[in-house]
Amino acid sequence: MLKVNNIDVFYGNIHALKEVSLEVNEGEIVTLIGANGAGKSTLLKTLSGLLKPKKGEVLYQTQQIGGKPAQAIVKVGISHVPEGRRVFSTMSVEENLELGAYLRTDREEIKKDIANVYGLFPILGERRKQPSGTLSGGEQQMLAMGRALMAKPKLLLLDEPSMGLAPLIVKQIFEIIKMVNEKGTTVLLVEQNANMALSIANRAYVIETGKIVLSGTAKELQESEQVKAAYLGGL
Amino acid sequence: MEWIQQLVNGISLGSIYALIALGYTMVYGIIKLINFAHGDVFMLGAFIGFYAISRWEIGFFPALIISMVLCAIIGVIIERVAYKRLRSATRIAALITAIGVSLLIEYTVIFFRGASPEAYPEVLPKSSINILGVNISSISILILAVTIVLMILLQFIVHKTKIGKAMRAVSLDADAARLMGINVDNTISATFAIGSALAGAAGVIFGVYYTRIEPLMGVLPGLKAFIAAVFGGIGSIPGAMVGGLSLGLVETVVSALGFSLWRDAAAFVILILILILKPSGIFGKNTREKV
Ligand SMILES: Nc1ncnc2c1ncn2[C@@H]1O[C@H](COP(=O)(O)OP(=O)(O)OP(=O)(O)O)[C@@H](O)[C@H]1O
Ligand SMILES: [Mg+2]
Repeated sequence: MLKVNNIDVFYGNIHALKEVSLEVNEGEIVTLIGANGAGKSTLLKTLSGLLKPKKGEVLYQTQQIGGKPAQAIVKVGISHVPEGRRVFSTMSVEENLELGAYLRTDREEIKKDIANVYGLFPILGERRKQPSGTLSGGEQQMLAMGRALMAKPKLLLLDEPSMGLAPLIVKQIFEIIKMVNEKGTTVLLVEQNANMALSIANRAYVIETGKIVLSGTAKELQESEQVKAAYLGGL
Repeated sequence: MEWIQQLVNGISLGSIYALIALGYTMVYGIIKLINFAHGDVFMLGAFIGFYAISRWEIGFFPALIISMVLCAIIGVIIERVAYKRLRSATRIAALITAIGVSLLIEYTVIFFRGASPEAYPEVLPKSSINILGVNISSISILILAVTIVLMILLQFIVHKTKIGKAMRAVSLDADAARLMGINVDNTISATFAIGSALAGAAGVIFGVYYTRIEPLMGVLPGLKAFIAAVFGGIGSIPGAMVGGLSLGLVETVVSALGFSLWRDAAAFVILILILILKPSGIFGKNTREKV
């Protein structure tokens, strides 16, 4: 479904991604784990069109999408839930969801999908008129995910959905990720919480200072000594 | 009774400031640029209205609409030609460019038609209406009505339409807006178009009310509208409305008290006080500097 071939991404002269290649197949949950500053967010931003690769290609279902503007990428069916949620703070929960459906014109279906999001995250329904900046961190994460789902993506990019959340909420969020995936949305999940991520993923990649250093099935990585030592808090 | 007349004058002047201030505040809200050429768009609006009325002999409302449409186009051209390439430049570079654009517009107009003032044709009947024993000119009432209609329309656009929601989203977080599929460039252009159209309307209203227009007429009202926007809280639409009206009223009161020479100073005193006491303005959010 998504195939990244040897991309290089720079911030000015900082070389943030070095010949990164990765693949996501339809229906999978693939996770990308790595420490702070490894380049995880950079990769997602490149996939969603906020950054342009200097070299290499990004193929989405045979289309070359590397370097295309973000709105074109949303249109082909890739939605990105950014790190730190980035909800539109002074706008209401419902307005945030409407913005998620910005490129859609099927008004009736949009209404139904907003109701679906409220079904998935009942707390958002209760807070529909509230400015989203007043939501708790967990609620904002739910809103950011709901907002991305409003675009009806085929591929969902999630950047550290567990960041700063209590374990119970994290568990809830991960349940939802699994559910969304079971309903047919492919997921590329960036996490520092490697334990959680590997527990729901099919496959995984490990990134270190801009390079993919390891990849395999989630099970393989869970058992890898290298991963255990660096990311699973093993002894 | 004299006071009621002054109040009406203050509201009329304040409406003009408010209409100009809205463009300042909307543009600042979305690209954090103080568009110093905005007062000159107001001047162009006044001249467009003038030529429309005197050459084509059309009425007030058609002239108002023509002026708004042309100013919207001019605003978009200014943004696309001068400011767009400076999105990632330093703020000071953009500010200097804005001052350059302002001078360019002023002296281009002077180059083509000279610096002499023009007397605005009388397009509206000079009648007055008696309200509570006070004669109020129908022009004042019309100005107020037009301003209110434009403000309601603006509120509707900003809060209820798709482009308005996109404008708010981009001003809150441009990258997050991109991730929604919003075309940020087009949204910024739409903001310039709407702000400039309001300035164009203010120009025609100014011409009709004060009857004298000239190529540098945008400088002082532009500066004062900017003060009004800061007073209301730059970036805030209700703030620009309240700031503009308050400034108009304050200036009129200062004049009415016999300090008419101090009228222009009043605005700057307000600016200084605001910057000392509450730099975020009355409707301002706590300033979140973006890095
Ligand atoms: N806007 C930027 N300008 C310059 N350098 C940047 C910028 N954004 C990120 N970087 C650098 O690129 C590298 C990768 O950053 P990135 O945000 O992708 O890391 P990350 O893996 O997402 O980290 P974290 O887990 O902390 O979110 C880092 O060295 C970072 O300092
Ligand atoms: Mg990151």
